Amino acid sequence: MSSVTYPRRKLTNSIMMGLCILAAGIGIAWLALILGALLYKGIAGLSASVFTEMTPPPGEAGGLLNAIAGSLAMSVIAMLVGTPIGILAGTYMAEYGRFSRLTLLVRFINDILLSAPSIVVGLFVYEMLVVPMGHFSAVAGSFALAVLVIPVVVRTTEDMLNLVPNALREAGTAIGAPRWIVIRSVAYRAASSGIVTGILLAIARISGETAPLLFTALNNQFWSSNLNAPMASLPVTIFQFALSPYEEWQQLAWTGALIITLTVLGLSIVARSLTGRKEDR
Amino acid sequence: MNVAGAERQDSRRERIVRQFALTDLIFREVSRAAAILVLALLGGVALSLALGSWPALSTFGTSFLVTESWNPVTEKFGALAPIYGTLVTSAIAILLAVPIGIGIAVFLTELCPRALRRPIGIAIELLAGIPSIIYGIWGLFVFAPFLQKTLQPFVIDAFADIPVLSSLFAGPPYGIGMLTSALILTIMVLPFITSITKDVFDTVPSILKESAYGIGCTTWEVIRHIVIPYTRVGIMGGVMLGLGRALGETMAVTFVIGNAHRINASLFAPGTTISATIANEFTEADGKLYTSSLIALGLILFFITFIILAAARFMLMRIDRKAGA
Repeated sequence: MSSVTYPRRKLTNSIMMGLCILAAGIGIAWLALILGALLYKGIAGLSASVFTEMTPPPGEAGGLLNAIAGSLAMSVIAMLVGTPIGILAGTYMAEYGRFSRLTLLVRFINDILLSAPSIVVGLFVYEMLVVPMGHFSAVAGSFALAVLVIPVVVRTTEDMLNLVPNALREAGTAIGAPRWIVIRSVAYRAASSGIVTGILLAIARISGETAPLLFTALNNQFWSSNLNAPMASLPVTIFQFALSPYEEWQQLAWTGALIITLTVLGLSIVARSLTGRKEDR
Repeated sequence: MNVAGAERQDSRRERIVRQFALTDLIFREVSRAAAILVLALLGGVALSLALGSWPALSTFGTSFLVTESWNPVTEKFGALAPIYGTLVTSAIAILLAVPIGIGIAVFLTELCPRALRRPIGIAIELLAGIPSIIYGIWGLFVFAPFLQKTLQPFVIDAFADIPVLSSLFAGPPYGIGMLTSALILTIMVLPFITSITKDVFDTVPSILKESAYGIGCTTWEVIRHIVIPYTRVGIMGGVMLGLGRALGETMAVTFVIGNAHRINASLFAPGTTISATIANEFTEADGKLYTSSLIALGLILFFITFIILAAARFMLMRIDRKAGA
C-alpha cells in the first residue's frame, strides 16, 4: 500500500463509496417501483364488491370473497395446529433442554426448515394427505401451511425465552414453584410480546404462500365451507387469474395482490412495534 | 387430634408435591415430543419425497439427471433442463445481488445519516417478507414488457457481432425468459443478503475500525481490509442463505420463465426451473411416472437446498460464536 499515493487512495475511496450509495439507490428505487406499480394497479380495482362477491367466471365482474374466506379459514386452522407445537418445541429448547444435544440438532434442522422451499412442503403434504385421501382438500392445505408455521414459531419462541433473565426463574423456583409453573407464569409472561411477534410473523409468512397450496387445497371457483373438499385461496386465485387472458381476472389478481401485501406489511409492522417497545424498556 | 391434623396436612402436601412433579413430567415430555416432531417433519419430507420419486428414479436411473427431454406423451423424463435453469437463474441472481447487497450494507453501516439508518433497515427487512407472488405478478405485467421493449432489443443489436455475447443474448425479445427470472430473483434475495450482511458488519468491534481509522485509513480501506475480512464467514453465510432462497423460489419464477423444457444458450430464451416445472405441471400430470418424475425433481431441489442451507447455517453459527466471545 505504501506505493499508493494519498490522492489516489482518496479517489478510490470516493469511487467505492459512490458505488455503495448507487447500490443503495438502485435497491431502494427498484423496490419502490414494485410497490408503486402494485398500489397503482391494485387500487384501480378496489371496491366493495371485491369483498362481497364470489370469483367470477371469465369475462364477468365479480369479487374475491370465496378466495379471501378460504385463505382466512386455512390460515386459522394452520395457526391452531402449528402454534402450540411450535411454542412447545421452543419451550423445550429454551427451558428443559437448553444445553442438550437434542436442542442443538433441533435448532439446526429448524433453521433449515425455516428456509426450505415451500413447494417441497407442498409435495410432502401431497404424498402424506392428498394421496391417501384420494382428493385435494382444505385440510391438506391447512396442514401444509402449518408445516410452514412451526419453524417460525419455534425460532422466535426459543429466542425470546432465552432472553428472559435467569434471576426471574430462580426467584420463582426459590418460592417453591415447580418448573412448569415457573415457565407458565414467569417465563411465558416475560417473553409474551416476543412470542406474539413470532405468531404474527408466521401469519404474515403463510398469508402469501402459494406454492404449497397449489396441489394440496387446489382451488375452487365457488363458495365452499367443506374442509374435506378443494378450497379457494387468495394466492392461488391470483396465480390463476394473473396468467389468464381475461382483463377482469387480471384486474382482480392485482387487487388481490395489493390486499395480501397490505396484510403482510401490516402484520410485520405490528409485530415489529411489539418487540420494539420491549427493547426500549 | 393435633397430631392427626398435622399428618393429614402432611399427606395433603405430599399429594400436591407429587401432583406438581407429575404435571412437570408431562409438560416436559410433551414439549420434548414437540421438539422431536420438528426433526420428524424434516425426516418425513425427505422420506416422502424419496418414496414418491422411486418409480421415476428406478425407471430412468441416473440418466434422469442428464437427460434433457421432457415428454409426457412418450413418458420420457429427464431433469437436465430444469436443473440447468435453476442453477443458471440463481447464479446470475446471486452474482448481481451480492455486490449490491454488500454496497447497501456498507451504505447503512458507514455512510448513511444516523437518523435514516433505522427506517431504511426496517424497510429492507419488511420487503423480505413480501410474498413471492407479488414479485411474480409485477414481473409478468410490468417488468417483462419493459425489458421486451427497451433493454432486450438494444442488447441483441449491440452484441450481434461479438462471438460469445451474441449467442448469450440472442433470439427474439420475448420479455419473459431466463434473464428476466434471474433479475426478479435478484430483487427478491437482495433484502436477505443486505440484512444479514448489515447484521454481521455490526458485529465488528469498533476498536478494530477505530484503530484503522486512527492510522489514517480511508472508509473504503477500513471496509476492504478490516470489516470484510473480519465478517467473511458471516457474509458467505448470508450469501448461501440467499442462494437457498433463490434456488427454491417458485411463484415469482413461474410467472416469468416461460416454462420451456429446453436448454438454450441465449439468456433471453424461455426456460424452466425445478420449482416452476412442479408448480406448472403437477396438478395436470396424469400417469404415475409423470407425477413421480415431478416428485423426483422436488427431491433434487430439496437435496441441493438442504446442502446449501446447512452450509449457510454452519457459517452463521461460526460468526455468532465469534460475536459472543
